[in-house]
Amino acid sequence: MAESPFKADIERVQKEYSEKMTPGAIVYIPGSSVINKTGSWRVFMPEFNREKCTRCYLCYIYCPEPSIYIDEEGYPVFDYDYCKGCGICANECPVDAIVMVRETK
Amino acid sequence: MPIRTVMKANEAAAWAAKLAKPKVIAAFPITPSTLVPEKISEFVADGELDAEFIKVESEHSAISACVGASAAGVRTFTATASQGLALMHEILFIAAGMRLPIVIAVGNRALSAPINIWNDWQDTISERDTGWLQFYAENNQEALDLILIAFKVAEDERVLLPAMVGFDAFILTHTVEPVEIPDQEVVDEFLGEYEPKHAYLDPARPITQGALGFPAHYMEARYTVWEANENAKKVIDEVFAEFEKKFGRKYQKVEEYRTEDAEVIFVTMGSLAGTVKEYVDHLREQGLKVGVAKLTVYRPFPTEEVRELAKKAKVLALLEKNVTFSVGGALFQDFSRALVNLDERPKIVDFILGLGGRDVTFKDLDEALAIAQRALNGEEFDEVNWIGLRKEIL
Amino acid sequence: MEIPEQVKKKLTLPAEEYFYAGHTACQGCGAALGLRYVLKAYGRKTIFAIPACCSTIIAGAWPYNTLGANLFQTAFETTGAVLGGIEAALKARGIKVKGEDGVMIVGWAGDGGTADIGLQALSGFLERGHDALYIMYDNEAYMNTGIQRSSSTPYGAWTTNTPGGKRHFLEKRHKKKVIDIVIAHDIPYAATASVAYPEDFIRKLKTAQKTPGPSFIQLFAPCPTGWRSPTDKSIEIARLAVQTAYFPLFEYKEGKYRINMPNPKKEPKPIEEFLKLQGRFKYMTKEDIETLQGWVLREWEKLKKLAEVFG
Repeated sequence: MAESPFKADIERVQKEYSEKMTPGAIVYIPGSSVINKTGSWRVFMPEFNREKCTRCYLCYIYCPEPSIYIDEEGYPVFDYDYCKGCGICANECPVDAIVMVRETK
Repeated sequence: MPIRTVMKANEAAAWAAKLAKPKVIAAFPITPSTLVPEKISEFVADGELDAEFIKVESEHSAISACVGASAAGVRTFTATASQGLALMHEILFIAAGMRLPIVIAVGNRALSAPINIWNDWQDTISERDTGWLQFYAENNQEALDLILIAFKVAEDERVLLPAMVGFDAFILTHTVEPVEIPDQEVVDEFLGEYEPKHAYLDPARPITQGALGFPAHYMEARYTVWEANENAKKVIDEVFAEFEKKFGRKYQKVEEYRTEDAEVIFVTMGSLAGTVKEYVDHLREQGLKVGVAKLTVYRPFPTEEVRELAKKAKVLALLEKNVTFSVGGALFQDFSRALVNLDERPKIVDFILGLGGRDVTFKDLDEALAIAQRALNGEEFDEVNWIGLRKEIL
Repeated sequence: MEIPEQVKKKLTLPAEEYFYAGHTACQGCGAALGLRYVLKAYGRKTIFAIPACCSTIIAGAWPYNTLGANLFQTAFETTGAVLGGIEAALKARGIKVKGEDGVMIVGWAGDGGTADIGLQALSGFLERGHDALYIMYDNEAYMNTGIQRSSSTPYGAWTTNTPGGKRHFLEKRHKKKVIDIVIAHDIPYAATASVAYPEDFIRKLKTAQKTPGPSFIQLFAPCPTGWRSPTDKSIEIARLAVQTAYFPLFEYKEGKYRINMPNPKKEPKPIEEFLKLQGRFKYMTKEDIETLQGWVLREWEKLKKLAEVFG
């Protein structure tokens, strides 16, 4: 699996993150939300079938998190740290390469 | 060289704004303050003030645009009064919470109902819990000076709070008085550029201003506004001293007049102080031991100075143009709070007067003095007294 | 997020990503997706003004941040006014606004914050001609407070204060045509867009960037929580809103109307197709559906006429 594209951001945020109150309660760390792993919200998870995938990128385009990125070969990769399991990717996939299955954990 | 001329307080406020060189002004017309933005728009139109003038569609938008502009990192100014300030109420909290040093000139005016365009202090007094600094001018010169002072204090890094400068509707806003316009160069030296380190929007430094604060963080954010108000006390003294050095006019948070050996000290704010000073002169001629103290700064409340003042008198007679229903005036609350834990303290008698432009005459002050003297002599007295009421129409 | 070079060429959207994961939007949120597209179009050189609404939460509570760009959070009704203030300040600081290399100042407010409580400030913003873009993300009710109707709620919709019940107390007014009010200000550029058609939306964002003066985009953004719809159907519903001509895509540029429907020749699908995926419409009677269908087709004809006469 390709490396999470947020890896560098997570490291940066973990280093800079602070709750120290600033004048005007200004937030100085862009993207600090990346340390929230919203994947814990998930009830259904997208299961990906690489064989069926035509690399149309609709799943990537319509992901509201975003928790789908694309690997070197052009296939989607699902980041389960953030995927909330909304199922838009499965619904929009024109070739049923993504199906939603119940979380087992 | 400073120019000595004559002008209304509204014009003095516009001149102060011109001298302070705000980059953005957003304003909406309202009596009695309309002349302030009017005059500023002339300055902008004539190229004498290089600023963006936003002609907004309400006071709510005026202050919101100022908040946006100040958050984007520039000096901002507006003017309003009464209903206009009340309409801004919601955003005043936001300006203070975001620590944006906006300055508002307020032509102190009564609030509806009934509709009334004349003077009292209910508008600014009602905003005393918003976190804004509050200054009150006795005359047109003070209106000009205090706006410059307000910018300097507001922008100080130890403070970073917005400020309002009040001057009485019509009594000052529309009355021509001699005013000295300071040199631009000296004002530039005094104020400097506004270069915020906290609130400015720069694509190279993405920040969030005004984020949601959960219970885990909200109190700390509010506490920093409390601390900034406390810090402002010292900063105001420093700025007053620097102002005196540069411009030769002395300001004090609580200015005393003939309070030496006074038994009764009248306490008031704004232009009424002028009337009461004259009244005190008149009483002193009759041998009465009376003085007057004027609050130039109302927020932060000058607790220490008020405690010093309290040592000098047996009775403090508060003359105030505002009402806190079922309590008295706001000053009565503040003075009671400041003195309540002292072992020895003077009696405090509260007088509500001059609401909605009612003239305050020597006859009214005689009425107040008589009640204050009852307190002085240990007789029974009413704590809260409405002075100058036309009882015949009640 | 890094996208491989060969993929970038094939992608129909900018590959850049400045909308960070870890935000707290509900599953299948159209507004979150809309913010992602705006950031794809404008990148870091964006300054958002967002009023108190769902997007306050999506953009991050203190000390979190989701948008890798400047964000100014403001009071509910003040988006238009704040945009004016920010624009004036940037101009005073000599910072270029709009255009290819300029900063984009973007107001991002919901339908309640735009069509209702923020309408006055919006009008002031449009009328004064500020160089900024106002996006109304339209999820057709006050979702953040718990699904109360706004003037942008459609006829027949259930909300928590149009709850149906014995007296059939559903929304009885048709959706307010905010875009028509905006166009009445005769601004240089106004458009509708949908999260189901991101290429069209991004093209419109780019047009707004190139067009001096105020611009306005009404973005259709489904809310599964408030619409009582399955979270995976957000895009499908948004697509059907367009295909039924319930929410037609069009733009108004310098006095000219242009319809941007995906299949311009095709007749609109029946409105039931849009309604049936959403629980909020399940209380509608046959007559209610006919009433709504009549309104949709009447408005669609009106728009076609406008495009024909002022195209």
